[in-house]
Amino acid sequence: MSGLLAAMLEATGPTLFHYVLVPLIKIAIVLFAGVLPLIMYLVLAERKVLGFMQARVGPNRVGLWGLLQPIADVMKLLVKEDVVPRRAVRWAFVLGPCLVVAPAFVIFSVIPFGPPAATEGGISWFVTDINVALLMVLALATLPVYGIILGGWGSNSKFSLLGGLRSAAQMISYEVPQGFALVGPLLLAGTMSLVGIVEAQRDLGMWFIVPQFVAFFVFLVAGVAESNRNPFDLPEAESELVAGFHTEYTGIRFALFFLGEYANMIVVSSVAVTLFLGGWLRPFPSVEALSFLDLSFLPAGLGGVVWFSLKLFVFLFVYIWFRGTFPRYRFDQLMALGWKWMIPLALVNLFLTGLVKVWV
Amino acid sequence: MSDRDPERPDAKGDAPSEDAAKSPGGDDGAEAGGEAPQEDAAQAEAAAKAKAEAVAQAKAAAAEKARLAREAKAREEAAKPAWERDPATPEWEDADDPLARALKEELGEALLSARTYAGDLTLGVERGAVRELARSLKERHGFRLILDVCGVDYPDRDPRFEVVYHVYDIQTDRRVRFKVEVGEDEEVPSVVSVWRGADWPEREVWDMFGVRFAEHPDMTRILMWEGFEGHPLRKDFPVEGIDTGSAIYPEYYEDEAGPVAGTGTGWKPQPPPTTDE
Amino acid sequence: MTDATDSRQPGDHLFDVEEMELNFGPQHPATHGVLRLKLKIDGERIVGCYPIIGYLHRGTEKLFELHPFFQNVPHTDRMDYVAAATNNLAYVGAVEKLVGLTVPPRADWIRTILCELQRISSHLLWLATHAIDIGAMTPFFYTFREREVILDLFEEYCGARLTLNCMRPGGQPYDLPVGWVEKCRAFCEEFPERIEEYEGLLTENRIWKRRTIGVGVLDPEVALDYGVTGPMLRGSGIGYDVRKARPYAAYDQVEFDVPVRHNGDTYDRYLVRMEEMRQANRIVLQGLEKLPEGPLMAKRPRVMKAPKEGESYYSVEGPKGEIGFYIVGQGKPEPYRCHVRAPSFINLQALPDMVEGALMADLVAVIGTTDIVLGEVDR
Repeated sequence: MSGLLAAMLEATGPTLFHYVLVPLIKIAIVLFAGVLPLIMYLVLAERKVLGFMQARVGPNRVGLWGLLQPIADVMKLLVKEDVVPRRAVRWAFVLGPCLVVAPAFVIFSVIPFGPPAATEGGISWFVTDINVALLMVLALATLPVYGIILGGWGSNSKFSLLGGLRSAAQMISYEVPQGFALVGPLLLAGTMSLVGIVEAQRDLGMWFIVPQFVAFFVFLVAGVAESNRNPFDLPEAESELVAGFHTEYTGIRFALFFLGEYANMIVVSSVAVTLFLGGWLRPFPSVEALSFLDLSFLPAGLGGVVWFSLKLFVFLFVYIWFRGTFPRYRFDQLMALGWKWMIPLALVNLFLTGLVKVWV
Repeated sequence: MSDRDPERPDAKGDAPSEDAAKSPGGDDGAEAGGEAPQEDAAQAEAAAKAKAEAVAQAKAAAAEKARLAREAKAREEAAKPAWERDPATPEWEDADDPLARALKEELGEALLSARTYAGDLTLGVERGAVRELARSLKERHGFRLILDVCGVDYPDRDPRFEVVYHVYDIQTDRRVRFKVEVGEDEEVPSVVSVWRGADWPEREVWDMFGVRFAEHPDMTRILMWEGFEGHPLRKDFPVEGIDTGSAIYPEYYEDEAGPVAGTGTGWKPQPPPTTDE
Repeated sequence: MTDATDSRQPGDHLFDVEEMELNFGPQHPATHGVLRLKLKIDGERIVGCYPIIGYLHRGTEKLFELHPFFQNVPHTDRMDYVAAATNNLAYVGAVEKLVGLTVPPRADWIRTILCELQRISSHLLWLATHAIDIGAMTPFFYTFREREVILDLFEEYCGARLTLNCMRPGGQPYDLPVGWVEKCRAFCEEFPERIEEYEGLLTENRIWKRRTIGVGVLDPEVALDYGVTGPMLRGSGIGYDVRKARPYAAYDQVEFDVPVRHNGDTYDRYLVRMEEMRQANRIVLQGLEKLPEGPLMAKRPRVMKAPKEGESYYSVEGPKGEIGFYIVGQGKPEPYRCHVRAPSFINLQALPDMVEGALMADLVAVIGTTDIVLGEVDR
């Protein structure tokens, strides 16, 4: 492996190697070995977990414990007929699902799944570490709503349109508290680089969830709303709007929306883990006695990746748990919750954090 | 109920003869019939031998025997639990009911009849006085809940249809039925202004029987679609339905050859209608 | 808006608005069948609602006129197909009243037990669909677990799970199978805990409360005016229950309460129905306890004929409300006219009143709480 890399470095020269080739390889790995299988099995896990919550077994026919179910699902979605309604606005209809999926995947490029390289030339567990990563996350997280609106409007169906409208209102309402909630950790860390924020937590000796509990709570709720999940799944509320914005979608285009929803779940969870739960850090990162939790026997910082994954799974489980437990909010209640509770809460938290930062 | 049972055969009028032929319930009737030939034979013998007194005696004895047997059977019958007795078919009785009297006073001649069947008070009312009766029932007598409005079709009668209303008084748990007769082209005053709950049932009566209700806010079909011809619950409407294929899709079905009309082959294969782009 | 003159009145919208017409159904997940609502919506707010029914009309009332009294029982199964037993009872009751049959007590008790089990199963289905309409998915599976047991009990009794055809004019066609009473008792003893489980998921759930309290309010006056019966009426504070008002079958010999709540909103109707399940369970337990021995069928003619002139209206308390049959006999072995007072049909009339001014999301909650079965609405 390292021999191959060295040969490539030799062939391409350091600039091309470090700034093009390695990121490309990493992107390929993150996408095809990380995110996509994760999404596929997240769907399976959701069905299984929901099944156990609901006194049934979930999928268990395709493969052992239904393990091949995601593959069957993907095959089904891919080979289904792709229908574009005759009266649909074609470009909007086609562009919609792409706009939902692409930004979610781009965000993965700045998420640190594990620690940076311990030594020069070692493996860093992220695609890139840019100094405006948080800003980029915020900016990209806003984009899917355009896809949903376009898809809803372009379908030329009233239910889709209503779904799109709901989505727009919801996203705008929850974008704001989510942004404010992110500023808290940002103030504490003093950097926008996600790697920098995790390192700041290590230096502080505790995860930011401790000083920023309110922000964490706000971010969690807003994140669930952002990814259109229960109890905030209004844009696709099945019993009200049939399937909301994706009523008219079939086959691969529907699969893209589906993919986008789950990718968004993972993105929001990853950001939350990075900002509030110490990313790749073990619990109580400053307590020496617990240093065995670092799993330093694993090579190349893999221990950090394990910790990150564990936290991520907990988050994803919470999502599924919500779905198994809550009824759906009503549209006006959702807005009221966002504007009357989330935003003031986030602002107060921001204010207090600022005070602490100035005077302590 | 048990006191009415023994005298049932007399009270039933012409019914028992039919009952006796078809049902095991007509036991006493059959027995009484079996007595007759014996009596006839005895009478013939008596005429021949001119022993009128003996005959009279025998006859009396036979009658006495029959009466005793009947009484014994009635006793036996009365001793049995209700479900082992013959069904006690209820009958129409003139109602002696304070409500009926009060309504008679209010409505006068417009209240045509007040009878009970199986304990249910049934009022007959003139067509024009329906709303008046309804208002009186609701406002003066407390029948605030309308249970139902339905139609009945009697093709042989002169006002062909009957519209039947059931209303209920929640306070005293009383139920009253009132009926109005209406001809084919006549209208019944709607009672929607009295009970809003009559809205859909009245529409249903219009839909199913073709009885219109005057001053109904929305006298449209409810179960069948607008444009459907005919009223399905009329007795002359065919049970297997009528062909509606050609009415709905004239471009697909030949006249009178839609899926219901029996052939099912009236389908004219055609490209689907193109909508404008 | 280039026009300089402004004719807007205070309270008008700032911009030109158009009301959107939306066809809600007949194919829609939340309409519980083929209900179609023509909605006028302003954004998400409903300003007009016009129900259009008849998509499931099968002319059952016409069919009643074709078949002898005995053969009509299966038709009644197919009206409120989630509560066949109460339909059966209303029909056979009307026939018995028409011809004057008296039902033996054991049959009466079996009918009572079956009807109350049916009420539980119907309310379970209502709870499942109502909850899933409001977005809570899990109660669906929990309630179906218990409903399955009840359907199995039905299957064991009469061979069918939904379309029971389990009563005949004059009595019951079969006795309870061996072991049925024990199985039923085992279920009934466990069932209250299950209700706790559903209530644990919903009753105190903040979202559930916010979605149901104050939604679809039906004032008692309005409810009465519309002829609404059943849990809908009892949720509005009027305790009319046919089982108490005019006891039929063995209901005069059992103890039970009629839950009444006074706010008339979706939440109260939910609580009323939950309590009704408990009471139904209580009645079933009493029925199993008191079940007398004896014959199942009254003495009846082989060919049952209606009297020359006669009509009867007989109603029972179905899970949805008062279900009544009005039968006119003309001396023939089949009804001359058989009309069904279908509670869903009557209750559905009140829907526009309940949803106008509400939001789209409330609409599905209100449809759910009305508890309609389209088979019965359209007949």
